[in-house]
Amino acid sequence: MPNPQPSGRVVVTGAGAVTPIGTGIDKFWANLCAGTNGVGPVSLLDVSDFPTRIAAEVKDFQPEDWLDKKEARRVDRFIAFAVAASRMALNDACFPDDHELRDDTGVLIGSGIGGLTLMSDQTKKLHEGGPGKVSPFLVPYMIPDMASGYVSIQERLRGPNTCVVSACSTGADAIGTAYHIVKRGDATAMVCGGTEAPINEIGMSGFCAARAMTTNNDNPAHASRPFDLHRDGFVIAEGAAVLVLEDMEHATRRGANVLAEIVGYGMSGDAHHITAPDPEGDGAVRSMKMALMRAGVEPGSIGYINAHGTSTQLNDKTETLAIKRAFGDTAYKIPVSSTKSMIGHTLGAAGAIEALICMLSIREGIVPPTINQFESDPECDLDYVPNAARKVKIDYAMSNSFGFGGHNVTLIVKRPGQR
Amino acid sequence: MPLGCGGNKHMSATILERVTKVTCEELGVTESEVKPESRFIDDLGADSLDVVELVMALEEEFGIDIPDDDVNSLSTVGDTVTYIEKKS
Repeated sequence: MPNPQPSGRVVVTGAGAVTPIGTGIDKFWANLCAGTNGVGPVSLLDVSDFPTRIAAEVKDFQPEDWLDKKEARRVDRFIAFAVAASRMALNDACFPDDHELRDDTGVLIGSGIGGLTLMSDQTKKLHEGGPGKVSPFLVPYMIPDMASGYVSIQERLRGPNTCVVSACSTGADAIGTAYHIVKRGDATAMVCGGTEAPINEIGMSGFCAARAMTTNNDNPAHASRPFDLHRDGFVIAEGAAVLVLEDMEHATRRGANVLAEIVGYGMSGDAHHITAPDPEGDGAVRSMKMALMRAGVEPGSIGYINAHGTSTQLNDKTETLAIKRAFGDTAYKIPVSSTKSMIGHTLGAAGAIEALICMLSIREGIVPPTINQFESDPECDLDYVPNAARKVKIDYAMSNSFGFGGHNVTLIVKRPGQR
Repeated sequence: MPLGCGGNKHMSATILERVTKVTCEELGVTESEVKPESRFIDDLGADSLDVVELVMALEEEFGIDIPDDDVNSLSTVGDTVTYIEKKS
């Protein structure tokens, strides 16, 4: 049943993460603050023929630790990541094993691409052996919504169950959409976030062909260098982050630990180009302004911006311009970091991972750095927290996510407490 | 154990072993659970998708084709061993 009297406020009571710099929040956060690089030579497939031969892979993850043997072998990696991150988040939330509550708790975990590894492998089987050789699990374990579907089955969560797909803003849109679902009372809680496992032959080929990825193969540790003058494309990465969103009154009543409150969700479309951002950053400006308006805060209240910051020439330049347009002179006073410098670009998971980073930054009072800042670009002139983490007291933090298709998404999260 | 159908006993044991191995891999069960009389769906927990995947794995293991019309008659491990003996 829907929540008849939603408080209209939505808090985060649990979180889980699977990333190239650590599985589990504690390890992930420690590595973020230490400026740990997660990029290295690709090991998941043979890339000797590829122009890009580096990626940020998740190294400390075994699907068998989270799924039974049969399922661990079958599901696509993006589903295994979602299962693990969700289990961590529900444990972190001490989420009650209560039948009625699980009727009112939904799942919304997005993936930008879905089960591309499975798709790629099964396409080979089709070509080699004909249609009779294609697995019956291709369709269920390839479709991007199966992260939500699978987690709902595993965790017996029977509320709203759906998926959003908006390329590299998927994770942020998933959290924003789940936020609205809880805010209006269609669920008491939502398990939400993003997951992605794009490091496979067809994924690597496609992004290489789009000329979006770095080719700095000889120097993987310095390849992801958002805002640096010599940036030459993003580093592809994999991972997931999942949050438990909960109606504030419900969370208070059960005595849950609150990590942060979600207060603003802005979104817009560039209507400009399939892959390139609007050169003036118009869409990004409108997304940030919408989030600020919904949060009911002035630009000066934002204590940290986790940038989309992909390390492509175009994104970092136009995002900088957009932040300056949305914030005015205040922009120069706000620490802006791109944690993709360490994690790489996890595509549909990035928005969720980075929203989580904003919440941890508020709680810990630390802004993680943008590593690999060697030579500044005159067009990128904000405070990118170069190379070392910084102690900052933050009440509100903003995360930007932009995606192919011209999607712009901004989330604002707040320190728990009064408004 | 009516596995042989007059065939070579050593071959039968080998086919049973191979069917058991494939069944364990595909259904995530242990060898001790797989007996000739075990039913894939009722005893070993397979669903309809598992059965399709299992049949494909058996086709690959034994280099044979198992038409859909034949799949319904293969409800136990023993049925399957007998069927494969006839085909090979």
